[in-house]
Amino acid sequence: MDFIDPHIHMVSRTTDDYETLARMGCVAISEPAFWAGFDRGSADGFRDYFEQLTAVEPRRAAQFGIEHHCWLCINAKEAENVSLSREVISMIPEFLDRPGVLGIGEIGLNKNTKNEATIFLEHLDLAVEHDQLILIHTPHLEDKYQGTRMILDMLCDDSRINPDRVLVDHVEEHTIGEVLDRGFWAGMTLYPVTKCTPDRAADMIERFGGERLLANSAGDWGVSKPTAIPDLIFQMRRRGYDEALIRRVVYDNPAEFFAKSGKFVQPVR
Amino acid sequence: MTSHTAQTVLDECYLETRAKLLEIAAVLDRVDRAEGTPAPLTGGAAARRDQISAAIQILLRDAPDRAELIQQLFSRQYDPQWRSTFGLQVEHAASSNTREN
Ligand SMILES: [Zn+2]
Repeated sequence: MDFIDPHIHMVSRTTDDYETLARMGCVAISEPAFWAGFDRGSADGFRDYFEQLTAVEPRRAAQFGIEHHCWLCINAKEAENVSLSREVISMIPEFLDRPGVLGIGEIGLNKNTKNEATIFLEHLDLAVEHDQLILIHTPHLEDKYQGTRMILDMLCDDSRINPDRVLVDHVEEHTIGEVLDRGFWAGMTLYPVTKCTPDRAADMIERFGGERLLANSAGDWGVSKPTAIPDLIFQMRRRGYDEALIRRVVYDNPAEFFAKSGKFVQPVR
Repeated sequence: MTSHTAQTVLDECYLETRAKLLEIAAVLDRVDRAEGTPAPLTGGAAARRDQISAAIQILLRDAPDRAELIQQLFSRQYDPQWRSTFGLQVEHAASSNTREN
């Protein structure tokens, strides 16, 4: 089955991973800007990263027939540095008109601090001013519930934000309901150990249905599995789901959400 | 959504669940064996051990949302007043969907 991975950090993966993804049916991906595993020393470090996301990775993906899209921001972890964040935010508009840029992301919270929240709000301003879609990172482990609620507060209290243009990622059993209830799109991240397994993702699909729900691998430089979506497809088939429902979660929903940017390239088959 | 019966689901997951329970039992045994030397659990470690016991209690409940309850157990508290604590104002207040909880 053709699928789209809506959240994967290919700058951290090998070219072999692109090939494996293509062989397993991946036709498009989107790559949010994130933490590189170390704090960058200057805004120029981010300029080079945005160049990599908007020019280099699309070429690498194209070799394997995969449409590459991306999101730009300074991630929640480095957002703790407010002055650096403001420099990076002021540079982002230079890149927003490039092909394949779907919006602002993955913005969010990490340790749920005041600085992170301040920069989150400034990213919302940037997205609104440039009419961009928003992709959101919610924190992990014990910080997830608190951080997700704080993020939803900031989004819902801003009259300029249309929830239908926002994807909230890394939802789990205790956050998915609130995200969907308030009209946002929700992404489940399939990490093998620390986060949601394909089985638990399938459980959430059973509880909440397929509407506005996406699944991603969030593959990055850490222990992660770029082929997590085929694992989920396999799990859903084992449970006897309709092919239409499976396709909705792994292809139709991401395509529908990304199309709102006006810049999503529908993969040709 | 799924055509599987409760029995099918249980049959498919039985051995895996048994193995996971054994893993947990073995971890708790390992903690106990280590505890006497040099000292019993204190502070954060004791609190985490208590959380594990509380999570096991949740498994025994007759509830449809045990996974969600366990997630909540391992979560930091959300304070609805967080914005005033941080001194962050709402600049573009939404008239219709502002909510307090
Ligand atoms: Zn990510």
